[in-house]
Amino acid sequence: MTAVTLTIDGKLVTARADETILQAARANGIPIPTLCHVDGLSAHGGCRLCLVEAGPGGRLQPACVIKVAEGQDVRTDTAKLREYRKLILELLFAEGNHVCAVCVANGNCELQDAAAAAGMDHLTLDYTHPRREVDLSHDRFGVDHNRCILCTRCVRACDELEGAHTWDMSGRGANSKVITDLNQPWGESATCTSCGKCFMACPTGAIFRKGATVAEMDHGRAKLDFLITARGRKQWNV
Amino acid sequence: MPDRIVIDPVTRIEGHAKISIFLGDDGAATAARFHVTEFRGFEKMYEGRPFWEMPAITARVCGICPVSHLTASAKAGDQILAVRVPPAAVKLRRFANWAQVLQSHALSFFHLSSPDLLLGMDADPAKRNIFGLIADNPDLARAGIRLRQFGQRIIAALGGQKVHPAWVVPGGVRHALPDEDKEWVRERLPEAKQTTLAAIGLFKGLLDKFRDEAEVFGKFPSLHLGLVGPDGTWETYDGNMRFAAADGKTVAEVDPARYKEFIAERAESWSYIKSTYCKPLGPDAGMYRVGPLARLNVCDRMGTPQADRELVEFRARGREATNASFLFHLARLIEILASAERIEGMLDDPDLQSADIRAEAGVNNPEGVGCCEAPRGILFHHYHVTGDGLIREANLLIATAQNNLAMNRTVTQIARRYVTGKDVPEGILNRLEAGIRAFDPCLSCSTHAAGQMPLRVELVGPDGEVVGELRRG
Repeated sequence: MTAVTLTIDGKLVTARADETILQAARANGIPIPTLCHVDGLSAHGGCRLCLVEAGPGGRLQPACVIKVAEGQDVRTDTAKLREYRKLILELLFAEGNHVCAVCVANGNCELQDAAAAAGMDHLTLDYTHPRREVDLSHDRFGVDHNRCILCTRCVRACDELEGAHTWDMSGRGANSKVITDLNQPWGESATCTSCGKCFMACPTGAIFRKGATVAEMDHGRAKLDFLITARGRKQWNV
Repeated sequence: MPDRIVIDPVTRIEGHAKISIFLGDDGAATAARFHVTEFRGFEKMYEGRPFWEMPAITARVCGICPVSHLTASAKAGDQILAVRVPPAAVKLRRFANWAQVLQSHALSFFHLSSPDLLLGMDADPAKRNIFGLIADNPDLARAGIRLRQFGQRIIAALGGQKVHPAWVVPGGVRHALPDEDKEWVRERLPEAKQTTLAAIGLFKGLLDKFRDEAEVFGKFPSLHLGLVGPDGTWETYDGNMRFAAADGKTVAEVDPARYKEFIAERAESWSYIKSTYCKPLGPDAGMYRVGPLARLNVCDRMGTPQADRELVEFRARGREATNASFLFHLARLIEILASAERIEGMLDDPDLQSADIRAEAGVNNPEGVGCCEAPRGILFHHYHVTGDGLIREANLLIATAQNNLAMNRTVTQIARRYVTGKDVPEGILNRLEAGIRAFDPCLSCSTHAAGQMPLRVELVGPDGEVVGELRRG
């Protein structure tokens, strides 16, 4: 595999030509925030939190899908990027109903962590307060669409790891939502194996273990990473 | 010309309120009203949420008594799960609720009411507060603050945080009491009891000075409502709800699940707080009080030696005296003592360190009524859920709403005694507030109302026109 050399935040790094900017940065200890990305699942490029300035004119590009290039000059942490990331997070908070104080995932939520890291302590936008549903029809898990950020991690984990493809997307724009099977209650899904990978993949409290109360939920994300490594590399690291 | 005096906002209470005093043609007060001016609306917010999340959401109703809301909510959840809560979890819940009663009562007495009692009803308003108390009597202020800390620390030890600990859950509790906290409680118990006994002695000594206030700060016969154990003992977690008449005789004693048969709620156009009354007796004869005074009037005994001695002395004042709302203060202190004694009695129970503290189940019952005693009085959470466990309908019946008719009668009684015209001295306005403070109302709890505290008094003429207004806060 061809190797390329590029500069990330002034640091000269070498990467394989098929790697993304995100992979190259993380391999070199340069952090880039992400929400929809999960190592080992296909890239989605939906949340735009991983935007970096790359190439001539500092064009904004999602680091999770853009491949590295020879001589590329990448900036991951500029004032402009910090401002955009904060705005992206504000938009996510404004379009759903995210109430950390009474959320099952409080203290164990990637959206909350991202907001804290970005210094997003209040919204400059109006909340949209959408009316969204909670589905508790599944035996073990519930889905609260109020807390869903449409990252599609559940969709990809279910499809690519479990192979069930129970989850998918429905609707457009503000009406988008994740659905099970043909938009029927999760508990009536014929394809769901109840494996819990969607729950492990969910970055927020949108997919949760039934019976959990506030700040009580552990996604068990390490198990998902274990499975991804085991399946992808035939390594069973415990 | 006849007038109305408005006190807005009422200070040193939990929540926003104002008082209107209605004056007759001769300028004397004819009536007064206690208006709650805030709206919270939690009952509506609950709809569509999983009942498993309810305790933590309902805890947000109140930062002073979150444990009581957690407990009532979780008990409603227990019924929806249709499980028997493990005995160790019941003990831990009781333990936390005693700590809750203790710290909330300490706040009411030392932080909110003692400035009136120790510095005087007519003291300079700028100094008639906890800071004035600290300047005047630093030892007492410190002891009061440390007493509250004692209760708060127990709550934090169990729930991980002092305010809004999401620790009581349907089916049980989340953690046992850590060993190191148990030892801390043991070390601080003697001081907590000593502070309480000293405050009881102090208050009894002040009763002569406040003889006039005790006569008019809501002294009238009424029913009293509170939980009692199976043998009639003072109770804060479980048992039956007992209505006692002004003479102490039991009028009704029933399972709290039947509360709707016995308690009716009525909305008023001039307040966000509802008024409740004993349904079979109607709004007049059915007026009742809840909280420390009521609990001491309905129970047969406190169940611990020192608190029982105090109850005997309390009762020896006569039933007329124990219908005086001014004695809420004394009842509150006796309950702090009882709570400290109960905590002491349970501290070495190995169940406090048990691992069997949570029963899990699905939705086995479409409805649940949870009831416990909050510091301010009996509290009900009533939920209806869908087959999957989403809240369809919620009803919260809060202590302060249950005291609303009595609080209105209290401000009327005080106004009639002291207000003789439009020009009302500040010390008299403070007596109106102090009459309300005796009940230790929590308006943020009872109207589903937020914000800071502060009193407004309005003077209203017979034609309804506001002719005078006094603000503070």
